[in-house]
Amino acid sequence: MSEDHASTAIAARVRRLEERLVDAGVVSDAELDTILNRFLAKASPLNGARIVARAWVDEGFRERLLDDANSAIKELGLSLGGDHAELRLRVVANTQTLHNVIVCTLCSCYPLQLLGPSPSWYKSLAYRSRVVRVPRDVLAEFGLHLPDDVEIAVWDSSAESRYMVLPMRPPGTEDKSEDELAGLVTREGLIGTAAV
Amino acid sequence: MSRVHDVGGQTGFGPVSPDLDDNQPFHADWEARVFALNTALRRRGVFNLDEMRDAIERIPPEQYLAASYYERWLLAVEMLLREKGLLADG
Repeated sequence: MSEDHASTAIAARVRRLEERLVDAGVVSDAELDTILNRFLAKASPLNGARIVARAWVDEGFRERLLDDANSAIKELGLSLGGDHAELRLRVVANTQTLHNVIVCTLCSCYPLQLLGPSPSWYKSLAYRSRVVRVPRDVLAEFGLHLPDDVEIAVWDSSAESRYMVLPMRPPGTEDKSEDELAGLVTREGLIGTAAV
Repeated sequence: MSRVHDVGGQTGFGPVSPDLDDNQPFHADWEARVFALNTALRRRGVFNLDEMRDAIERIPPEQYLAASYYERWLLAVEMLLREKGLLADG
């Protein structure tokens, strides 16, 4: 990680803040390390991909997922986490006539546990401001050109509610195993800025 | 009242740059430390997620727009700690 001059000044400021909080007994260095390691190890788009693959091969699971996602993902040992109550998850399914895409216009809310750390552009002012106004144009900037007769639904996340897209199963994948299917799913597909 | 963070539907921020993303969760060590500090302070009950969001939204507009993503987190954490008397000025 290279750091320019401005970044070095901020790094020093963060170190001072951390030292003061450690000295005051509010947090410990070990605790911070543990938080980071757990986050980086557990939060991954592979979790979202597993959910999608299961929904593609198991119609009953798909129905439960669309009906009550928080309960359904427990079947795969997954959870959304949260401070006190678990964050609410809603999974929205793409069809031949409807494409879904998620955003957080107010900040950066995102199902971290299922999609991993969010991409830089998800947090950018450009994405947050424009995807709700000109979603078709924004998706085209990602290389996703949807036919005019496909409606686009944009889901604006909040502090309590998170969304994930269930992409359509690609044609010609009938012979693939659940694991192989999970391997086809990308983070962008789970956000809705890619088809799968 | 709409605050600066409420950018949905606003114009003038230019196109989205998907190619700029490098798949790295953090772009400097200090970003990771701010992330961890925020999580730890929330777990301790020093503040909750809603307070954190509110603090980010109270960053003065010019500062908000000029700051990077994790700079906003840092400004908000510092703001909350000051307000709660856990971080004296200086």
